[in-house]
Amino acid sequence: MGTGSSQGIRTARLDTGEYAENFAELHPALSDNLAAVEADRCFFCYDAPCTIACPTSIDIPMFIRKIAVGNRKGAARTIIDSNILGGMCARVCPVETLCEQACVHIAQGNEAVKIGQLQRYATDSIIDDGAEMFTRPEATGKKIAMVGAGPASLACAHNLACEGHEITIFEARSKPGGLNEYGLAAYKTTSDFAQAEVEFVLAVGGIEIRYDTVLGRDITLAELSENYDAVFIGIGLAETSKLGIEGEDLAGIGDAIDYIAVLRQSDDLSSLPVGDNVVVIGGGMTAIDIAVQSKKLGAENVTIAYRRGPEQMGASKYEQDLALTNGVTIKHWVQPVKAIGDTAVSSLELERTRYDDNGKLVGTGEKLTIPADQLFRAIGQKFSSAPIENAGIEMKWGRISVDESCKTSLANVWAGGDCVAGGEDLTVAAVNDGNVAARSISEFLKTGGAS
Amino acid sequence: MADLKNDFIGIKSPNPFWLASAPPTDKAYNVERAFEAGWGGVVWKTLGEAGPPVVNVNGPRYGAWHDGNRRLMGFNNIELITDRSLEVNLAEITQVKKNWPDRAVVVSIMVPCDERSWKSILPLVEETGADGIELNFGCPHGMSERGMGAAVGQVPEYVGMVAEWCKQHSSLPVIVKLTPNITDIRQPARAAFKGGADAVSLINTINSIIGVDLDAMAPAPHVDGKGSHGGYCGPAVKPIALSMVSEIARDKETYRKPISAIGGIQTWRDAAEFMALGAGNVQVCTAVMTYGFKIVEEMIDGMSRWMDEKGYNTVDDFIGMAVPNVVNWEHLNLNYIAKAKINQETCIKCGRCHIACEDTSHQAITSSLNGEPHYEVRDEDCVGCNLCVNVCPVKDCITLEQMTEGKDPRTGIPISGEYANWTTHPNNPNVK
Repeated sequence: MGTGSSQGIRTARLDTGEYAENFAELHPALSDNLAAVEADRCFFCYDAPCTIACPTSIDIPMFIRKIAVGNRKGAARTIIDSNILGGMCARVCPVETLCEQACVHIAQGNEAVKIGQLQRYATDSIIDDGAEMFTRPEATGKKIAMVGAGPASLACAHNLACEGHEITIFEARSKPGGLNEYGLAAYKTTSDFAQAEVEFVLAVGGIEIRYDTVLGRDITLAELSENYDAVFIGIGLAETSKLGIEGEDLAGIGDAIDYIAVLRQSDDLSSLPVGDNVVVIGGGMTAIDIAVQSKKLGAENVTIAYRRGPEQMGASKYEQDLALTNGVTIKHWVQPVKAIGDTAVSSLELERTRYDDNGKLVGTGEKLTIPADQLFRAIGQKFSSAPIENAGIEMKWGRISVDESCKTSLANVWAGGDCVAGGEDLTVAAVNDGNVAARSISEFLKTGGAS
Repeated sequence: MADLKNDFIGIKSPNPFWLASAPPTDKAYNVERAFEAGWGGVVWKTLGEAGPPVVNVNGPRYGAWHDGNRRLMGFNNIELITDRSLEVNLAEITQVKKNWPDRAVVVSIMVPCDERSWKSILPLVEETGADGIELNFGCPHGMSERGMGAAVGQVPEYVGMVAEWCKQHSSLPVIVKLTPNITDIRQPARAAFKGGADAVSLINTINSIIGVDLDAMAPAPHVDGKGSHGGYCGPAVKPIALSMVSEIARDKETYRKPISAIGGIQTWRDAAEFMALGAGNVQVCTAVMTYGFKIVEEMIDGMSRWMDEKGYNTVDDFIGMAVPNVVNWEHLNLNYIAKAKINQETCIKCGRCHIACEDTSHQAITSSLNGEPHYEVRDEDCVGCNLCVNVCPVKDCITLEQMTEGKDPRTGIPISGEYANWTTHPNNPNVK
């Protein structure tokens, strides 16, 4: 390594082949044979624990049985009847903490059935069949506005489009998909799958997306509420949290989600600058995603610094192992104190942490300094209330408050996904919110909601 | 170590594991390899009469039924008897027997059902030095349409008649191979022994169509768009074979007569089961066609260890031991009360026992307790049918346990230690 800052953050650390290899799909598609063998392992449980564990309650034993007998498209139908984004969920769901964690094989000391990979096998077969799979009844004349073209809105829109309603989605960015398109690790969803899936969803017809349209700037909630029969808000979390440490403004310090968004949109991974010594602050999925991808981009050393232990990490054991096997170091029980450097960060001072007698996390006073020429914050996102300021919508825990049917305090406004209180930062949970809201909106429109 | 030596109707072999008359025993090359691998004997693939040999199809001869893991469960074939000339086969048999004097070499024969045909081939076979002959009265496809194989085996009179010719025109021990494609297997078995046969072997393959190709709308696999029924074998037929062997083993007229068992035998345990039901030895085919000859190593080792464990010195010590315990239904003890019991420690909560019982049986298994999945047998509804035991994916998680005291909660009838069967049951119209 060179001296001083002549190295540091730079692009093109690897050759083209290495980038391609590093960012190849984490779990390649199952072959017909492997899918059949894996499907045959399923016990076809009664009252299946996997289905109970799935936020969208996919009839997992049924779709796996269909795969086992060679009815691949029938399997896909079973999946998307519960979860229109079943293809993406198959790729990015933390199955190890959801369906697969509940698989009864585990109770027997065996590996869980690979539900996620089977789900992908099934849904891959219909990704181009969106138009023929769904038919719309006669138009109802009801119009619904949705804000944000992420998983929650897409699921909600698809459900309602299938009932003949007309949906307009207002999206702040220039592409649909939300975090499916701009978040997530690139190696989990390759080949522009997010866009293919959005096309699959839109193929039903009756859903229009207006891009580059920002709530609070180009449109207001009051206007939407006034001009549409119902409104669904699925705007996610737009703000990031700051570390609140000295030196946080130094160059080389940024938000993981911003970097990932750039990475996901990049046609040329070699153009992405990455440091010698990357440090990630955080313990969730995003921390793992940015750490592993930094490593895959050629960073020399990548360290995740997390203030508690492995059990408390938001990232699953599987994700933690994924980081470790990719050469990422995970430092537990440390919190950032100070970013050090002239104009750009060069090292990071950490303090060791522990629980005090009351179970409160405290610094021990012991400090350590690690090299850091690139520092990513991955300590979670916050809801930005600016777009709905003065809308009079009830809030809870800093996010939009909704009831069990995803209805907000406003007469014809629903909300779901990460932007609502209790939002889980999971695609599959957002899809479920969209489903739940759609049922409620549908009921509302039937019983003569405002027009 | 237990002694696996086998003496079957005077034919000696180092172990009771023979290869059945089939493709694996069609020529010297295969048989030599089988003997090298350790097989105790072979029944050479069926010889036909002198002259131009039969011809086989040039498309698929075999079809299979697999489980989801591509494990071969059932196997179907339309291969005929040997398609090599009689002279070549006889010469090879002679040489192989010379090379392997300690192994059993039995020759399967199928010629037209007339005395002249049998009389002419028998001396030729005897000259090879073979240890015995097996009469192929079982082949259900291709040959039966020509009045041979199963066409003979399905008529007990013919079975007896041909056995008699063979005993008359040959000094070799005679085994009659029976077809299962018959209503009562005891009839041809009785006829064979009446005709003087030394033993019967069974089962030959069962008439079968392995599947239908729904694109071609023809049996699968098919030959140029057409298919023909074949003979079914492999693990799937074992229960049928066990039953047929037991019927002959416990029939008054054929009781303790020698049986060479065939039908889905893959392991030492399969073999031991057939032998417990009265078979003097076993013949294997599909298992070696699936895995090769080497499996005999496991069969030899497994059976020896099991015999040591049980204290059996020779195979004769356990042959037929299970026969007295095969009875007709009316002799089963109706006072034997058993209830299923689910081990909550090993239960994985798949719920299969519940749904099987609930949908298709006696509604005797709960599905929840305090809102949580919980599967437990209600003794007052359980008839002890064993369905839950069979559908449970966890071995030994559900067991059927005998009640020895108190009342049967289902019927309210006190548990009695006394044996009572249908023949004396008050509901039996034939009683009194």
